[in-house]
Amino acid sequence: MPKNTLGEHLRQQGMSRRSFLKFCSLLASGMALSPALVPRIAQALEATRRPSVIWLSFQECTGCTESLTRSHTPTVEGLIFDAISLDYHHTLQAASGHAAEAAREEAMKENFGQYILVVDGSIPLDNPGFSTIAGISNLDMLKETAKGAAAIVAVGTCAAFGGLPKANPNPTGAVPVSDIITDKPIINVSGCPPIPVVITGVLAHILTFGGLPELDDLGRPAAFYGQSIHDRCYRRPFYEKGLFAETFDDEGAKKGWCLYKLGCKGPVTFNACATTKWNEGTSFPIESGHGCIGCSEPDFWDFGGFYEALSRPTGQTGKNAVYGVAAGTAVGAAVWAMNRAKKEEAVRGHEKLTMDELNREGEES
Amino acid sequence: MTSTEFLLWVKGTGFTLAIAVFAAGIVLRLAEIWSLGRKPDLAEAKGNANTAGVRTIFNRFIPDKGIWDRSAFIIIAAWFFHVGLFVVIFFFVPHILLIDSIIGLQWPGLPTPIVDAFAVITMVGLLAMLFHRITQPVKKYLSTFEDYLVWAVTFLPLLTGYLAYHRLLFSPDMLLAMHILSVELLLVLLPFTKLSHSFTFLLARWYNGAISGFRGVQS
Repeated sequence: MPKNTLGEHLRQQGMSRRSFLKFCSLLASGMALSPALVPRIAQALEATRRPSVIWLSFQECTGCTESLTRSHTPTVEGLIFDAISLDYHHTLQAASGHAAEAAREEAMKENFGQYILVVDGSIPLDNPGFSTIAGISNLDMLKETAKGAAAIVAVGTCAAFGGLPKANPNPTGAVPVSDIITDKPIINVSGCPPIPVVITGVLAHILTFGGLPELDDLGRPAAFYGQSIHDRCYRRPFYEKGLFAETFDDEGAKKGWCLYKLGCKGPVTFNACATTKWNEGTSFPIESGHGCIGCSEPDFWDFGGFYEALSRPTGQTGKNAVYGVAAGTAVGAAVWAMNRAKKEEAVRGHEKLTMDELNREGEES
Repeated sequence: MTSTEFLLWVKGTGFTLAIAVFAAGIVLRLAEIWSLGRKPDLAEAKGNANTAGVRTIFNRFIPDKGIWDRSAFIIIAAWFFHVGLFVVIFFFVPHILLIDSIIGLQWPGLPTPIVDAFAVITMVGLLAMLFHRITQPVKKYLSTFEDYLVWAVTFLPLLTGYLAYHRLLFSPDMLLAMHILSVELLLVLLPFTKLSHSFTFLLARWYNGAISGFRGVQS
């Protein structure tokens, strides 16, 4: 494990104490912790040894890594990310081929039971050949690397819930990490991609408190995924008033009205976008005029289309209603025929009384 | 099954099935009623059957004095319930979008807090009617399992919809899924229970009006 502490490393990078404490306060408030814990977070992060992190990328698009590394100016999150000992990440590391794999094996051996395993991308179960690294199938590599991990962070919706590869019809038989590894603590940091500060926040939490943050029922850190986009959306008052943009360039869109009719999935999406925002707090998708696509939720690709309102059914309802009408007509016609036959039978069976019969009945009684 | 998978099922397969059963059921019931048939009335017409039929569809919305005197409570409760239900179903914007995606028709909706108020009125109306049903001995005696069943399947979509809008008790996706599922239950049962009065009332009123109109008497 590297010798220098995180505090030393950050100071070497020219980070002032003031901005470090500011970052600690941001983390504390982001994770809904008491402000009294800020010095403790700072102390723990200062003193912590740079932890070994192994980052495995499976069926993914590298968007998660991009999200974390592609900032125009070095951010505090970026520095914290630099501060971990990223021992294996096949996109970012300089080594390749056997040397790269050797680095992973060495990190695993040296820090067995202590390293943090970060996974982005889903794992194909159909055919191992669909996705391999150095000739090793994703499934084998995940199982092998997970053995010595202290915790697994599934970064991005693909690793957390299957994401795009798992979208209908799921040609590769893609599954999330949690379908394969069941004996290790897993934190799902979902999003396509996830918000950078959420990724670093989770890593910082593990470093500070030595355990996992509080998770929701989908295994996501509750502090960041506790509220829906809709509940924190600044356009919510327009939803309440019934003022909706009908197209992306009408008056409503220009006035910043609610994007529900244009397919916003904010009401059922849990993420911190509306509060943390993106690009160093600049804005988030709804603020730039596009509805939420629900990227931090399982199966969001199959949610019936990004531009279809949430209340619209996803099946071919109209067509099936026609089939329903056809079936109803067929059964109805059968019932009709039966009723008619019964009536005709009744008419045929009807016997008319004659005067003689009536007179006879009168005499008998 | 996660709440998302549940929501996806009720929005997809579940809703498709429910709509197909609903459509088939309505057509079947209409065919059944129509096939009962009536013998041609050979008497000379004393008035126009059709105009009287159509007029009766509307004027039966207003109760006559005798009924009003006997059951003012139930008339008021039922009126609030039916008007409220109509507003909630047809003037909530997400519902309009749903209807549009099935039949391709759209109209303006009402602001959500207004619809919300109507939802509360509707539920109060339903609860009042249930209270009446279980406290009036004669009505209680006449009530069957079906009466309580149709009450429940009408109340559930309102309750789950109210909870979903206010995001109470469960996660929003779970609430939305429960709401849609309760509506599917309603759609499936509607043609085959007393709830079919939601469309047969038109036929019944028209027919009552038409026979009176044909005879030239007030319906």
